[in-house]
Amino acid sequence: MKVFGRERAFTAVVVFTCSILFPTAGLAHLVTTGMGPVYDGTVHLLLTPEDLVPVLAIAVYSGLQGREYGRYILFVLPLAWFLGGMVGFFSGQLPALPYASLSFLLFGLLIAINARIPVLVFLSLAAAVGTMHGFFNGQALKTGPGVVGMIGIMVTVFVLVAIISALVSVSSRYWVKMILRVMGSWIAASGLLMTGWFIRGYIT
Amino acid sequence: MKKSLFSCRFLIILLAAATCLFLPAVGSAHVQQGQATSFFTGISHPWSGMDHILAMVAVGLWGAQLGNPALWVLPVSFPMMMAVGAMMGLLGIPVPGIEIGIAVSALVLGVMILGEVRPPLMVSVVIVGFFAIFHGYAHGTELPPGQSGLLYSMGFVIGTGCLHGVGIAIGFIYRWPSGRLVLRATGAFIGLMGTFFLWQAIV
Repeated sequence: MKVFGRERAFTAVVVFTCSILFPTAGLAHLVTTGMGPVYDGTVHLLLTPEDLVPVLAIAVYSGLQGREYGRYILFVLPLAWFLGGMVGFFSGQLPALPYASLSFLLFGLLIAINARIPVLVFLSLAAAVGTMHGFFNGQALKTGPGVVGMIGIMVTVFVLVAIISALVSVSSRYWVKMILRVMGSWIAASGLLMTGWFIRGYIT
Repeated sequence: MKKSLFSCRFLIILLAAATCLFLPAVGSAHVQQGQATSFFTGISHPWSGMDHILAMVAVGLWGAQLGNPALWVLPVSFPMMMAVGAMMGLLGIPVPGIEIGIAVSALVLGVMILGEVRPPLMVSVVIVGFFAIFHGYAHGTELPPGQSGLLYSMGFVIGTGCLHGVGIAIGFIYRWPSGRLVLRATGAFIGLMGTFFLWQAIV
């Protein structure tokens, strides 16, 4: 056990030494990660709150509603995202739409009020959200990682949904669900505010 | 064995803290710029006015006093109605007496805590939701130029939620008899401050 403790301390020292050798600028951008297009897609999703939050919200909602919802969404959302991405990749530009605001609002509200909708309706809504986000991702990745980047995004969506949905569905503690519903209200409120910003920008 | 693990953990925490000091000076992690600034501007916004702070902490305190399910239903309803208020402001829908409404919110919530008033859940939700509209209208529409609306909005809502959390955390003293008295005294203080803000808003 003592040796194990020493090993951990040694690892910590190595990590620390490596950390102080960091360059002065940390560039994690799509072009500069240097990890290949798949990881560029992954990084794109993880660093874009407009896309990341709806994925988390959909995963949390499916987890709250039970395993049946989680099983289906695990495949429906990544596939819808990828298909939307392919359409976006090969099509022309669309005008700016408040799709992220509406995704926030829809799934934030569903979590906050813990509304139980039929599984088919849920899957349709999630697929619509995934397709829309994927479409704009596809357009954004045209000049960067391309189709392979979309595969990275799809895999990341799959992994996130699998982990979050499973964690939420196995948790039976009351306070966990309470906190998740409060967070759902935060997501919905952010969506409502963003919709307001969009409409104000449109009318002024 | 425990001692060894503890010292190792301590070393890791120390090294992690030291590592933070050596973080890169520039972190360009995305195409858009100013994201972190927008988030922190939003999160700090609800903390910028004493009237807002007191009212939002009071929501948490009252929720803690009322217990489940009000403990979490009030913090769920407040940000959503606050966003409705902000949206009304963004769309240019006039709402009269915003400052008076904010002051009255502190006054009413303070009185509720002072008197340990226990209305039905729906009534408490309506009270909190009604006042949230004034708070949202006043503060939700102030996006500083050049900042991301999304991250500012998220920061603003999370900042508000943190204030409720502070209220709930303080409200846990309600489980002790002396804590109940302190909580009621806090309610009296919030009510008095609300009266002061009301006087300022009217005069």
